Amino acid sequence: MNAKVELQWVTVCSASDLLPNLGVCARVGNKQVAIFKIAEQGKTSLYAIDNHDPFSDANVLSRGIVGDLKGRNVVASPIYKHHFDLATGECLEDDVKIPVYQVRENGGQVELFLG
Amino acid sequence: MVGQKFLAQLAESDQAAAFEVTTFCEEPRPAYDRVYLSAYFSGKTAEDLSLVPPGFFESNNINLRLNDKAVNIDRAAKKVITANGESLPYDKLVLATGSYPFVPPIPGKDRPECLVYRTIEDLEAIKATAAKSRVGVVVGGGLLGLEAAKALKDLGLETHVVEFAPRLMAVQVDEGGGKLLRSMIEEMGVKVHTGKNTQKIEDGTNTTLKMCFADGSELETDLILFSAGIRPRDELAKIAGIAMGERGGITVNNFCQTSDPDIFAIGECALWNGRIFGLVAPGYQMAQVAVDAITGKLESEFKGADMSTKLKLMGVDVASIGDAHGTTKGAQSYSFVDEVNKVYKKIVVSNDNKYLLGAVLVGEAENYGTLLQMMLNNIELPEFPDMLILPQRDGAAAPAMGVDKLPDSAQICSCNNVTKGQLCCSVQSGVTELGALKAATKAGTSCGGCTALVGQVMNAELAKLGIEVKKDLCEHFPYSRQELYHIVRVNGIRSFEELVAKFGKGKGCDICKPTTASILASCWNDYILKTEHAGLQDTNDYFLANMQKDGTYSVVPRVPGGEITPDGLIAIGAVAKKFDLYTKITGGQRIDLFGAQVHELPLIWKELIDAGFESGHAYGKSLRTVKSCVGSTWCRYGMLDSVGMAIVLEKRYRGLRSPHKLKMAVSGCTRECAEAQSKDVGVIATEKGWNLYLCGNGGMKPRHADLFASDLDDATLIQYIDRFMMFYVKTADRLQRTSVWMDNLEGGLKYLKDVIINDSLGIGAELEAQMQHLVDTYQCEWKSTVEDAEKLKRFRHFVNSDEKDSNVVFVKERGQIRPATQEEKRIQLVAV
Ligand code: SRM
Ligand SMILES: Cc1cc2nc3c(=O)[nH]c(=O)nc-3n(C[C@H](O)[C@H](O)[C@H](O)COP(=O)(O)OP(=O)(O)OC[C@H]3O[C@@H](n4cnc5c(N)ncnc54)[C@H](O)[C@@H]3O)c2cc1C
Ligand code: SF4
Ligand code: FES
Repeated sequence: MNAKVELQWVTVCSASDLLPNLGVCARVGNKQVAIFKIAEQGKTSLYAIDNHDPFSDANVLSRGIVGDLKGRNVVASPIYKHHFDLATGECLEDDVKIPVYQVRENGGQVELFLG
Repeated sequence: MVGQKFLAQLAESDQAAAFEVTTFCEEPRPAYDRVYLSAYFSGKTAEDLSLVPPGFFESNNINLRLNDKAVNIDRAAKKVITANGESLPYDKLVLATGSYPFVPPIPGKDRPECLVYRTIEDLEAIKATAAKSRVGVVVGGGLLGLEAAKALKDLGLETHVVEFAPRLMAVQVDEGGGKLLRSMIEEMGVKVHTGKNTQKIEDGTNTTLKMCFADGSELETDLILFSAGIRPRDELAKIAGIAMGERGGITVNNFCQTSDPDIFAIGECALWNGRIFGLVAPGYQMAQVAVDAITGKLESEFKGADMSTKLKLMGVDVASIGDAHGTTKGAQSYSFVDEVNKVYKKIVVSNDNKYLLGAVLVGEAENYGTLLQMMLNNIELPEFPDMLILPQRDGAAAPAMGVDKLPDSAQICSCNNVTKGQLCCSVQSGVTELGALKAATKAGTSCGGCTALVGQVMNAELAKLGIEVKKDLCEHFPYSRQELYHIVRVNGIRSFEELVAKFGKGKGCDICKPTTASILASCWNDYILKTEHAGLQDTNDYFLANMQKDGTYSVVPRVPGGEITPDGLIAIGAVAKKFDLYTKITGGQRIDLFGAQVHELPLIWKELIDAGFESGHAYGKSLRTVKSCVGSTWCRYGMLDSVGMAIVLEKRYRGLRSPHKLKMAVSGCTRECAEAQSKDVGVIATEKGWNLYLCGNGGMKPRHADLFASDLDDATLIQYIDRFMMFYVKTADRLQRTSVWMDNLEGGLKYLKDVIINDSLGIGAELEAQMQHLVDTYQCEWKSTVEDAEKLKRFRHFVNSDEKDSNVVFVKERGQIRPATQEEKRIQLVAV
């Protein structure tokens, strides 16, 4: 069995560790979570998805290019360039969905809820 | 689904106002899309799946009765009796009651962990039960069963499929296809048990349940999902004494009328010519026929429907067309099996080898649309029908059927019954985008299987009308790369934000961002890792290294001209040894070190830089190597010092960002040991100077370079190359090598000579000055990076831990590391 992840918000890094329109990867228990800061209309929003790219089986999504396609915020996997919707984890090219997580900024810290 | 289609079609008909409509719905919500039911598990809500446009019932005055089941029909009094005891009069009655999942009468089948897959409520029950389960079994390896298996797998269960027949998808796929499908599905971790007859379901020992099979074997599980076929819901017809088929189904004629002329049946509950149609497309056709019959347009008839299907099951493309099993008299077949790439294709043709009767495609179903059209429209087969399924080598184009060959009456979208003629009409009336065309005609809006074909019809029609097919870079910029380059230069644009705000829209994507980064670099040569450019780069440019398949990177120091000192070799060897990197001599005369993890990159580069090396830009769309032969210094035939010239060129153009990578080579004589004529820029020494060759390519589609100028001195050679490269950088498309660029250049070689040698555009001096600026501002990106503490921060796998990525695992082979396979990783994990 995998170690159970706490059912609560966990602090992973400082807000200043995130640069706009770039990702980082955070480790929580056994999970690898890719966190992105997206600049939208003057403000920024945070998104968190699994770091694992199901098509290459490599933990690399935090290193993809972010952007939008047809109005959905997406990241492109750096390996075979599949796009994943940052809000839902859905792959735009294939019938595959990766986990998404809740993320927020709280007092200058970035927190994840893995529920 | 079909009932809703009926209502929608009726509402659209010109006689809608003549009817007062009531619809009964046993489920708690109006119609939703069962075809995409599985999407409910990946976060789609019941509203997302709804087939009913907002306000539909109100605006069409339809009386909707949810949670209200019709239980009887009093045909004499023409009344419908509902479960609430009410009775409602009708003039015409339409039954669209669908079907229910068949559960074989196995003792134990009624246990709470035994479920089916048809409604949203079913899915809710599956979700709840799965949450308490470790193992799940799907009974039935048909189309739906496999879809259900995927759902269980996605819910995290150890998943099994139990099938009574000896193969999967026995109805659609033949033995060969079934075998391949099975191996692909097993590779994804779903266990398949065929030829199993379940006899009973009892308490399990380690799990909640246990299935016992006729052959004595057993399978432990916590959840059982029955997907063993569907049965028409004909109970109302039965009570009311309407004619039914021997094995169920409400008998209908070509107008979808039952034995009672005022009662119609459509969709999966209807039996036409002894057949039930378990797909939406035929149901939708029946809906239209029923609307026409009721509104008095008796020319429309239901005449059966094609049951060809194409789906993606667990990521595997599977398609079945027409007579897939070759049961037509005299039918012959061709098949192709590729066990390496997992592809199975079979076509069934008529006994005179002229017409296509059916096909089975597993693993790759790209030509489904073409094959289907060939069958439906009786298009004559090419002389060698096997060409239709054999893979195309050497980039040869597949034998195109060409949408032009299709008659206007060809049905392109079977779900929504849209013909080629209707699509063309719509394009002629000014619809020029795929999205708009789909909205206007409804083609491609249901199963989506016809989308590619719809696109082809649209493009062919646009071309016919003389409308230009768009060359936009992507949805964010209505410009080609060349236009963007000019925009950036002319407007002095320095950042992506500025460019997209002024000339584009949205936030950008993985196409326009790296393209812009490359343009900014070749215009202004800013440090590529500058914070404002960082998010634009492909991971290769962001980490200044090439990403490999396991997420590690490769390191390639520059070795200009392939010349390296023994100390240099020792230094590279020492670094490779220290970091345990896989080491290989590349095809470009240098050394590649593989298996570096992101946090190791700066450490490795620090040592390489200290030993006098610099970035080889193997990761960038930029100059790679200038290959050289040993030349006149040693070789008895050498005319000039090819190594010396190669080093001059490599140092001059290193780091230059371009639309695609650039390769060069210099050979010392006409024997051409450096293979210069296969490079973007090739230089060959002659008795009188240098011959310059341009626009060659090895790679995917080899092209011999063109001889551009002969017997040049050093200075002229470099002047020409400067002008050539800058002109290419300015005008080429994204990811267009010089070879392809040249093949598309209007005026070809002659024009290029005019521009570069005769300076016909008067831009020679400008091109040279721009190149000189790039040469003067060159910096080794790795040197700038290892000196910048801020930049070094990004080189770690986790933002909150110094741990390494545990998914990166190496094993040793021939004395060096290599990435572990999936299998090896699993074994290693167990051993820990
Ligand atoms: C390492 C090397 C193979 C080797 O072990 O020898 C190699 C490795 C890769 N090549 Fe290559 N190519 C290598 C020499 C070549 C050559 C031979 C040469 O340069 O003399 C060719 C044919 C010549 C040519 O380019 O026309 C070659 C034609 C390609 C192509 C096809 C390009 C084309 O336009 O047809 C690609 C794909 C692409 O660039 O889109 C490619 C792509 C790649 C990529 C970048 C694939 C990828 O995206 O991961 C590989 C990167 C490995 C890495 O991380 O370093 N590689 N590749 C060679 C590196 C040479 C070097 O020192 O830089
Ligand atoms: C998971 C899944 C995936 C599928 N994928 C595909 C696919 O990819 N392609 C494809 O073509 N087909 C697919 N199908 C099949 C497709 O969904 C059916 O062909 C289609 O739903 C049939 O429509 P229908 O209107 O005849 O039946 P239904 O959609 O079942 O509608 C019948 C409705 O009538 C209600 N009803 C029944 N009796 C009464 C009564 N007495 N009183 C009131 N209401 C009643 C039922 O509750 C139901 O809501 C799939 C089906 C499932 C379950
Ligand atoms: S030939 Fe293909 S596999 Fe070999 S290095 Fe080049 S890109 Fe990679
Ligand atoms: S064929 Fe299904 S959407 Fe067109």
